[in-house]
Amino acid sequence: MTRVVITGMGVVAPNGVGLEAFTKAIKLGTSGIAYHDNLKAANFSCCIGGIPQVSEEKKLEYLTPLQLRGFNSSGILYGCMAGMDAWKDAGLEIDAESDLDYDSGCVFGTGTSGVDKFREAIYKVDAGEVKRMGSTVVLQTMASGISAYLGGILGLGNQVTTNSSACTTGTEAILMGFERIKNGQAKRMLVGSCSDDGPYIWGGFDAMRVMTYKHNDSPQEGSRPMSASASGFVPGSGAGAMVLESLESALERGATIYAEVLGGQVNSGGQRNGGTLTAPNAEAVQRCITNAIKDSKIEASAIDTINGHLTATSKDSLEIENWTKALGRKGANFPYINSLKSMVGHCLAAAGSIESVAAVLQLKEQFVFPNINCHDVHPEILELIADEKIPKQMLNKTLNIAAKASFGFGDVNACIIFKTYN
Amino acid sequence: MKNEDLIAKLKTIVQPYVQDEDAFNNLSEETTFVGDLKINSANLVDIILDVEDEFDIRIENEEMEQMLSVKAAMAIVNSKIAS
Repeated sequence: MTRVVITGMGVVAPNGVGLEAFTKAIKLGTSGIAYHDNLKAANFSCCIGGIPQVSEEKKLEYLTPLQLRGFNSSGILYGCMAGMDAWKDAGLEIDAESDLDYDSGCVFGTGTSGVDKFREAIYKVDAGEVKRMGSTVVLQTMASGISAYLGGILGLGNQVTTNSSACTTGTEAILMGFERIKNGQAKRMLVGSCSDDGPYIWGGFDAMRVMTYKHNDSPQEGSRPMSASASGFVPGSGAGAMVLESLESALERGATIYAEVLGGQVNSGGQRNGGTLTAPNAEAVQRCITNAIKDSKIEASAIDTINGHLTATSKDSLEIENWTKALGRKGANFPYINSLKSMVGHCLAAAGSIESVAAVLQLKEQFVFPNINCHDVHPEILELIADEKIPKQMLNKTLNIAAKASFGFGDVNACIIFKTYN
Repeated sequence: MKNEDLIAKLKTIVQPYVQDEDAFNNLSEETTFVGDLKINSANLVDIILDVEDEFDIRIENEEMEQMLSVKAAMAIVNSKIAS
């Protein structure tokens, strides 16, 4: 059977742009959350969020002045940066004149594309100025805008598509690319996801009152997964990307191998048995994790560390309970667990991919990144797992297997198992 | 407007979209946008917008369809400025 490995990664996160800066940030527990005046001006309850810092100069390292004319889609920008970085990191070339590569494809997900560009376009339409919208409104606002941009920049000839499944999007994208290589339909897949930032993408969540309004004066302390004082999530944005490749192809090229993707599972709770549009069906979550473990042909006891979904809402305790039941492990026997959201917030459609990049970095460099803002672990969680399994400082540990799960609106779940390559 | 002034303005407008620098450097009235300058045809609408803004005119769909060369663009702009 075809083994699938990760040979390149790229990331654009609120606490670090580029793999090097991001690695440093997650080891140190650096928060990327800041206060934003435009949220306050729009009367948001939650005025804090995570936005990657990208200068105009930096943009020109990835997109041409022509591509940047009338460009107003933060998600596509982040996705292109992360995707191109991952491609280069895998030792592959980016050349506008390159031959078409039928063996390489792309599954790059998003939730909503180019929401700021869409706003511009709507104002033009309402003013009767359709003719003056320019040529790129469709490209920037179609859901598959990001895969369309990347497909052309890299000259990909295999499947080029965008998936969308709310906050599971990124993790699902990795599994879709994994399946395609495993099935022998592609040698190499660029996978990942991206999300826009700003009031127009975050407003709906603020309206639902699911974002914290208690930390406008202390933004870096706002995102508190697993904490007793968690009071809602903090919105984030960015992109994460990986180059997945058949082991055979990776070895042939002499590529650096970050880790192996052992397997995974995607399912849905069907909004039954407690599941709703916004809440998970616990049974389906557990089944997703259990089946991911089965698919990976490992035992639950082999998992060294978990990178959870853990958004800092009231559902964190339920997620921990689901993990304990699915793994049949609790207390001091539970694996280490962390949530990147404590540092970058909830990057929505980009969450699964950015967090997976973090999970794989942990395997490659043998550490467990700290949970920040979690010195007061929720008592319900402490009844399930030992406090020491929720690291507050970075740990240097020998790690072999990491599990990553993401859960999303619509009652959808994804779980993936990564293993140190050896 | 003098022809050379008009050509200079059109050159500034099309430059960001040009994919063939040699053709651009040798631009004449006979130069075509897509064939010679290798401009992506989707970008023709962006050029129209820039021309509209530069000369404070509005170009209709039928006129746009004809605006395939420097010469045609000059004729349309001239007719609009004159009216």
